[in-house]
Amino acid sequence: MIKHLLSGADLDAETATLILDTAAEMATLAGREVKKLPTLRGRTVVNLFYEDSTRTRISFEAAAKRLSADVINFSAKGSSVSKGESLKDTALTLQAMGADAVVIRHPASGAPHRLANWIDGSVVNAGDGTHEHPTQALLDAYTMRSRLGRLAGLHVAVVGDVLHSRVARSNVLLLSTLGAKVTLVGPPTLIPVDIATALAPGVQVSYDLDAVLPTADVVMMLRVQRERMADSYFPSAREYARRYGLDAPRMRRLAEHAIVMHPGPMNRGMEIAAEVADSPRSTIVEQVANGVSVRMAVLYLLLGGRGAGAAQ
Amino acid sequence: MSSYLIRGVRVLGREWTDLLLRDGVVAETGPGLDPSGAQVIEADGLVALPGLVDLHTHLREPGREDAETVETGSRAAALGGYTAVCAMANTSPVADTAGVVEQVWRLGREAGLVDVQPIGAVTVGLAGERLAELGAMAASAAAVRIFSDDGFCVADPRLMRRALEYVKAFDGIIAQHAEEPRLTEGAQMHEGEVSTRLGLTGWPAVAEEAIIARDVLLAEHVGSRVHVCHLSTAGSVDIVRQAKARGVRVTAEVTPHHLLLTDELAASYDPVFKVNPPLRTAADVTALRAALAEGVIDIVATDHAPHAVEDKECEWAYARPGMVGLETALSVVLSTGALHRDGEPDWDLIAERMSRAPARIAGLAAHGHDPAPGAPANLTLVDPAARRVVDPGELASRSRNTPYAGTELPGRIVATFLHGRPTVLDGKAVK
Ligand SMILES: [Zn+2]
Repeated sequence: MIKHLLSGADLDAETATLILDTAAEMATLAGREVKKLPTLRGRTVVNLFYEDSTRTRISFEAAAKRLSADVINFSAKGSSVSKGESLKDTALTLQAMGADAVVIRHPASGAPHRLANWIDGSVVNAGDGTHEHPTQALLDAYTMRSRLGRLAGLHVAVVGDVLHSRVARSNVLLLSTLGAKVTLVGPPTLIPVDIATALAPGVQVSYDLDAVLPTADVVMMLRVQRERMADSYFPSAREYARRYGLDAPRMRRLAEHAIVMHPGPMNRGMEIAAEVADSPRSTIVEQVANGVSVRMAVLYLLLGGRGAGAAQ
Repeated sequence: MSSYLIRGVRVLGREWTDLLLRDGVVAETGPGLDPSGAQVIEADGLVALPGLVDLHTHLREPGREDAETVETGSRAAALGGYTAVCAMANTSPVADTAGVVEQVWRLGREAGLVDVQPIGAVTVGLAGERLAELGAMAASAAAVRIFSDDGFCVADPRLMRRALEYVKAFDGIIAQHAEEPRLTEGAQMHEGEVSTRLGLTGWPAVAEEAIIARDVLLAEHVGSRVHVCHLSTAGSVDIVRQAKARGVRVTAEVTPHHLLLTDELAASYDPVFKVNPPLRTAADVTALRAALAEGVIDIVATDHAPHAVEDKECEWAYARPGMVGLETALSVVLSTGALHRDGEPDWDLIAERMSRAPARIAGLAAHGHDPAPGAPANLTLVDPAARRVVDPGELASRSRNTPYAGTELPGRIVATFLHGRPTVLDGKAVK
């Protein structure tokens, strides 16, 4: 098993599949009366969050607690190099506390990589800048597999602000590893340079959402911040929604079985219409539930669990 | 004044000879010189080069003496084979007045390890809004001839035009840090496949090329000299090549790190590889090496940029850009093979790119002369066969931010002489 989970690229097909299978085992727990496993009793998991992300932090916290780990929430928001403690000093503190795993959310790309150099425990990247968010990709893959029964051969359209999206990068890496075909869709200003070759072979790029929808098994809508228009990435929210938003007429272009995903939080009316978000195709609520199971699996395996069977 | 007899040296790698240094000049050359009265230094086949001249050094004093001082930077320079360095103006306070440039110049004289030639800021406070008192700096004891806002680009085209014109009155030159600021807002590394993979905001090549293209046209229009700092892209090479062919008075420098390292190193997220302009692609490196050999790029300049530990031991985005380079420059250039001919170092070409041409551009009359009778005794002795593994802890610079830690590099500076006196002997600083 790998020691850290910093990037979707850290996962080969075998490891990724093991995590998804283990997550499925963990999910059966949710139906039990006693939802806790004693597996990580006596181990310490630190949630080190330099950004507000209540949903991600709660998801990791629930995952660690269901494995009986001691959880320490360390909110470092507002700290920076100029004021407050440096990441290095924080790392030394966590090291002294004997943290077995540190789950880090940070606005700077690569911060989890730096942290991994400074502590002995495992580091889990819970989102770093505009780089990656590998557990989100795992829960997305888990959700696709649950709904559609497989990942290999699926056509996944990832739509929106790919440039600033850590979710997109991790998804491209993981889905490619697991045999899905990915098409990135968005205005050219929000598609990063050389993306077709930067992450994985075979990644497609399209500027035309309508052309991609009929062949998509999965449409993953990315959050688009309205502030981007102030920086001329697109002229207006209205034009963005018209060209790249998923509304009801567009949803009807999808194949019967196709699903609609969103990592949240959504901008209803911007990248996704309310009736799409609330439709039976939408997996948005499941994604949240699956997030806990996947994160349980990640913590369990990184901290020394052996495999799916051991969870029982 | 004491005299030194350097015995058995190969000037520019040629046949063995002796050099007698007396009263700050090379008094005699030739095999079998009489050693009486002179301190003898057995060179035993070492290569003698004119003392290296760095057109782009950040000495950090005044203001960031925790990162470097004029003295520690001078020592690093001497150990790297340099006898003159041009100190960039982005100090605190900024070197934008006669007072500050004279202070730096005086500190250089007091340290006495290299000639420190201050560069003056183009604009007040490097703010890019109005001209600093360029004439006062030129007329000061520091006799400033190079002006640069390095760290920042003189982005306003009208201000750049005025600066280029104004310094003609005293044969000045504007050294431009070519970076269109609107195209590099938030930029962290070269924009390309690697920046996309790493999720770091890109610094596109066009941000450099657009400014160089504009500046060579401005220099042509007003008949002035412009110097391009740390040119880093293949596209910039093409622009400078075309401008030179038209007779534009443009010169350009390349750093050792841009000749050796690529943007792939950012994948570690270790900010020791963060520098401005950023490390580029392997294709750029190839183009830069060829341009340096060809002469489209005139010189190697270090952009020696010391930084305190806390400014590098942090997240990539929060780290300051820059690398120390004085003590490794010649070795890095040797390692690239850019200035080799038939697989061997072309010492004459190395002297041209690292000593004579920078001395000419900077107007440093005492530097850039091959060791010959009557020439100022500013020279360095190189052991080309030596190899060493770079240990940041052994650097004389006050800072440790070398990207070459643990790298084995060829060549070693054995001795350096400044105005006839040794600053380095047996590879160690004399003071
Ligand atoms: Zn610069």
